[in-house]
Amino acid sequence: MFDKEFLKNIENRKRNWDKEAEKQRKVKSRPRFITVSGEEVNELYTPADVNDADFSEKVGFPGEYPYTRGIHHTMYRSRLWTMRQFSGMGTPRQTNERYHYLLNHGQTGLSVAFDLPTLMGYDSDHIRSLGEVGKCGVAVDTLADVEIIFDGINLGQVSTSMTINAPASILLAMYLAVAEKEGVPFEKLRGTLQNDILKEYIAQKEWVFPPKPSIRLITDLMAFCTDHVPQWNTISISGYHIREAGSTAAQELAFTLADGFTYVEAAIADGQDVDKFTPRLSFFFNAHQDFFEEIAKYRAARRIFARRMKEKYHAKDERSWLLRFHTQTAGCSLTAQQPENNIVRTAFEGLSGVLGGTQSLHTNSMDETLALPSEKAVLIALRTQQIIACETGVANTIDPLAGSYFVEALTDKMEADAEKYLEEIDRRGGVLKGIEEGYFQREIAKAAYRYQKEIEKKDRIIVGINDYVLENEKITIPILKIDESVERGQTAFIKKIRAERDNDKVKRTLEDLAVAAKGTGNTLKAILDCVRVYTTEGEIIDTLRPIFGEYIEPPII
Amino acid sequence: MNLIKEIIEIEKLMSEKIRVLLAKPGLDGHDRGIKVIAAAFRDAGFEVIYTGLRQTPEMIVNAAIQEDVDAVGVSILSGAHMTLFPAIRNLLNEKKAEHMILFGGGIIPDEDVVTLEKMGIDKLFTPGATTEEAINYLREAVAKRKRDEKII
Repeated sequence: MFDKEFLKNIENRKRNWDKEAEKQRKVKSRPRFITVSGEEVNELYTPADVNDADFSEKVGFPGEYPYTRGIHHTMYRSRLWTMRQFSGMGTPRQTNERYHYLLNHGQTGLSVAFDLPTLMGYDSDHIRSLGEVGKCGVAVDTLADVEIIFDGINLGQVSTSMTINAPASILLAMYLAVAEKEGVPFEKLRGTLQNDILKEYIAQKEWVFPPKPSIRLITDLMAFCTDHVPQWNTISISGYHIREAGSTAAQELAFTLADGFTYVEAAIADGQDVDKFTPRLSFFFNAHQDFFEEIAKYRAARRIFARRMKEKYHAKDERSWLLRFHTQTAGCSLTAQQPENNIVRTAFEGLSGVLGGTQSLHTNSMDETLALPSEKAVLIALRTQQIIACETGVANTIDPLAGSYFVEALTDKMEADAEKYLEEIDRRGGVLKGIEEGYFQREIAKAAYRYQKEIEKKDRIIVGINDYVLENEKITIPILKIDESVERGQTAFIKKIRAERDNDKVKRTLEDLAVAAKGTGNTLKAILDCVRVYTTEGEIIDTLRPIFGEYIEPPII
Repeated sequence: MNLIKEIIEIEKLMSEKIRVLLAKPGLDGHDRGIKVIAAAFRDAGFEVIYTGLRQTPEMIVNAAIQEDVDAVGVSILSGAHMTLFPAIRNLLNEKKAEHMILFGGGIIPDEDVVTLEKMGIDKLFTPGATTEEAINYLREAVAKRKRDEKII
């Protein structure tokens, strides 16, 4: 990009500058200058750090391969990112009220958080659900619950993301059934299903079945959606949880992409057309605290994905080269102490997501280290996005940090580090092999331990935790409490549904599901038939468990 | 004189290897914290047994008794702590393991910490606690427990 003369000049000047700087280096403001991921950051970046001759090709233009600057030509100038707050609590009715609240205050997309029993495939009245119903998200047992969640919401006019993995097909089927009842054709439905089982084994740990049958459920869903729900994002290939579990930014990037490519290969092996399903694969990244490291991560992500889809998987359709992603600010960066500080953390993290060109954003609430978001806290979180959009000016131009010596050098480094991990994963035989051998889990645990040690040694300062501490602090913000009556109510409701539905139909649809699962029938189609007649989530999972098996993780520490 | 003898006794007890069972009960799968604690305990010289995820109180207590541990550490981030902690404590007591220290961590509101400690949960470490605090607590608590047992 820069000619040799110019660079020589810069290098000479740097050497002279360095002599003077050395005199001032005796004084250090911090013990170490490292990113959140532990990477050393140089004191200064100059054109010499980005002297790559392919600069104009590597960075290029937004909407043009390799999309470093963004996947669309006009990005936020035409359409802002979707403001999509992850949300769900207690009963379906409580959740429905929160959704109306958020939509009325300017949210532009829905995102459903389910409780642990729902995430793990247990009905609310299962013995394993005791004490857990409605605590981390909304409780869903049957179609009746999903009908209430979306009461008064036209599914043809919103896009909805659902954070659910092992039982994802069941929740999508319920959503489709609600759309049917509203008279909305499947072709009009827009949304995303997280449905990323690989990262469950690696990080979030919410699984039911072993990898192979789980991937089959996913490829079945992909095939069904390609034909019938063409606007639906079938997977949200996630790095968020990998990062929350303690990985570095490069690991988050590499492990997520590796998972994504594993799904691509699985669908190809299933006989599906790469250009038919790839445009509906989406991604989900964390926005952690190191501002520039995150921005570099998103830019590198787009570049790596585009190149591999084009050159390795020979996707011909340009839409197969676009890495579209949702971002959530880092939950693990928030503190329980002085929770109002989390508003500030979230604002900076959200800003990095926007400067990184995210398609969709969730900003955390200040109280999420203590409880699910209160109304007050979630409103501030939503307003944070609106302030970024309307008041900061960052959305006036596309990829404003392009050309920054630091950001471009960091993007290149992030790409190189991620590629090293991708090669290592390949060398080990792929993602499934890596999961089996505990490779990802150990890397993540090592990184998490290192991070904690940095904090305890004060190599890393967290305000309110190991410095700037408030003694005898009292929490004065409102804290949401999930009442025990939620569990009682859900238990009564599911019993009522079981009593009032046509149990013959339930039995028949479950038998048909078993046949499909044992054979090669499309499992989503069979599950849709089950949910229409108010079969419970637990009953569907219980039917599949003996056929697919149960995943047990060897406890590695 | 007696005081010095007591201090020497406690220091001796504190240097004996501490055996800890670490467990994740209920449906919560978030294991970053418990793995960090496990690594720190190991580095501190404790013998650590980790049960893995999705344990019931019964499974945890059975493992604790089988492994004859000094302490059981439980991590709960899911909000189910008021159900699971007391269940584990009660079961330990039922099975004559009242001497086992029950401690833990997770997302537990302050008022619930107070209630749980009244119910016999020995110590809870909430967000912001350090591994060093947990290590020091256990060393002291186990030594005290052992000394009390000797007296009795």
